[in-house]
Amino acid sequence: MELAGARPGPPFTVTLDGDEIDALPGQTVAAVLWSAGITSWRGTRGSGAPRGVFCGIGVCFDCLVVVNDRPNQRACLVPVTPGDAIRTQEGTGHDELG
Amino acid sequence: MSKRLTCDVVVVGAGMVGAACALYLARAGLVTLVLDRGPVAGGTTGAGEGNLLVSDKEPGPELDLALLSGRLWHDLAAEPGIGGAVEFEAKGGIVVASDAEGMAALTGFAAGQRAAGVEAQVVDADRLTDLEPHLAPGLAGGVRYPQDCQVMPSLAAAQVVRAARRAGAELRTGSAVTDILRAPDGSVRGVRTTGYGDVHAPVVVNAAGTWGGEVAALAGVHLPVLPRRGFVLVTEPLPPGTVRHKVYAADYVADVASGDAGLQSSAVVESTAAGPVLIGASRERVGFDRTFSLPVVRRLAAQATALFPFLGTVHAMRAYLGFRPYLPDHLPAIGADPRVPGLYHACGHEGAGIGLAVGTGHLIAQSLTGGPPDLDLTPFRPDRFTGAGEER
Ligand SMILES: Cc1cc2nc3c(=O)[nH]c(=O)nc-3n(C[C@H](O)[C@H](O)[C@H](O)COP(=O)(O)OP(=O)(O)OC[C@H]3O[C@@H](n4cnc5c(N)ncnc54)[C@H](O)[C@@H]3O)c2cc1C
Ligand code: FES
Repeated sequence: MELAGARPGPPFTVTLDGDEIDALPGQTVAAVLWSAGITSWRGTRGSGAPRGVFCGIGVCFDCLVVVNDRPNQRACLVPVTPGDAIRTQEGTGHDELG
Repeated sequence: MSKRLTCDVVVVGAGMVGAACALYLARAGLVTLVLDRGPVAGGTTGAGEGNLLVSDKEPGPELDLALLSGRLWHDLAAEPGIGGAVEFEAKGGIVVASDAEGMAALTGFAAGQRAAGVEAQVVDADRLTDLEPHLAPGLAGGVRYPQDCQVMPSLAAAQVVRAARRAGAELRTGSAVTDILRAPDGSVRGVRTTGYGDVHAPVVVNAAGTWGGEVAALAGVHLPVLPRRGFVLVTEPLPPGTVRHKVYAADYVADVASGDAGLQSSAVVESTAAGPVLIGASRERVGFDRTFSLPVVRRLAAQATALFPFLGTVHAMRAYLGFRPYLPDHLPAIGADPRVPGLYHACGHEGAGIGLAVGTGHLIAQSLTGGPPDLDLTPFRPDRFTGAGEER
């Protein structure tokens, strides 16, 4: 096997519901959360059932999460940047409407 | 399949219109077979929206059909298991005007509709946000149409097919009709299919939607159904109550009635039971071109955010498109074709086929069982097109 020999840039931190977690440049939100052992970060609109990554490629919209106050971001697609404030999402994430 | 298929009526097409025809035919006691080359709701029914509108229709035959259909939808929705399953909502519509001139035109239009049996209530500018809290400020007023309703079209077609089957109809999908068989005297004696050979029946109902012209041609008759493309934008799910009615700007009515091939759009905004808000729909005559058009959906988005500024802060998850079955005078073809005994048409409902389907099915069943139809079918005559200078 030939190793890719990836040399990621210097790590940085982001927060999940205020708690710091480590991240590497180029990682998606989902990759960061998984690396930290977190597999669910959303409750469904109906029953509040836990959700995380399902398809991993941006198709299923299961992995929705709040990033820097914008709800319904697909964690499997959005790359992290230093200091991102990630929050778990309940329901539509749009309680301000309704 | 060795057993030869025989029935009273073959319905070609399992979209909303074919489903409704099958339901009322089966309930009238006719042995009915529905055939579709694809799945149920695989045509335009699965590619549009489910507004059941009276608000956008001027007095005339289409409005009469919409009012009849509205009553039948209410009856259907009240049957056990149907209303909830098709997401029927009698939510009402609100048409808004942006300036005094538009408001005057709108109230004039509404007065004419009221005389034709439509419930239409003028809403003053300062009361609009009582009805729709997130509506843009500064509108000149609106008209509320309590009879406007909504269903989820694919579910509606599927549930109505199911009800038709409970009433004895048979459904066969994945089998195209490739010919309409005729007796020596020219009358219909069945259809040729790719999946089940020849099916014998003295009556064929053409419910092939945008492809209704092709099916008519199989019987040698001219019916100029054309595709009119529409895009719909779908937002991320939003909390219930964010958008309460079907809301659109008064210019929409002019777009619907336009014969222009160029792009028309004015956003109709409605929420769905699943949460996403639908923003539809554009109207263009560009054949069966499925190419995504950013300018079109951008314009829809801009018009929708002009009505509901908060939409500017929510995501559009996706857009989809469909091809409305369009006849040159904007009326469907409904009833017997005098040129071919046994051939009936139920197609060409353009942007209103979900709503008008039930009235259409009911009228087709009435004309086949010999009773006097609830509406005069003359304006819907399928042989009204001569082929000359009509494709405007
Ligand atoms: C963007 C958009 C928005 C819309 N919004 C609304 C709305 O809000 N309210 C409303 O009432 N209407 C709306 N419409 C219009 C509505 O969708 C159509 O009028 C309606 O779906 C037509 O139904 P139908 O059953 O006639 O046609 P279809 O659903 O297209 O069904 C025809 C069927 O015939 C089948 N078929 C064709 N040829 C053959 C053959 N040779 N053999 C076997 N089967 C065949 C096809 O496979 C298809 O399933 C909208 C349409 C669009 C595109
Ligand atoms: S996991 Fe499917 S869209 Fe992200």
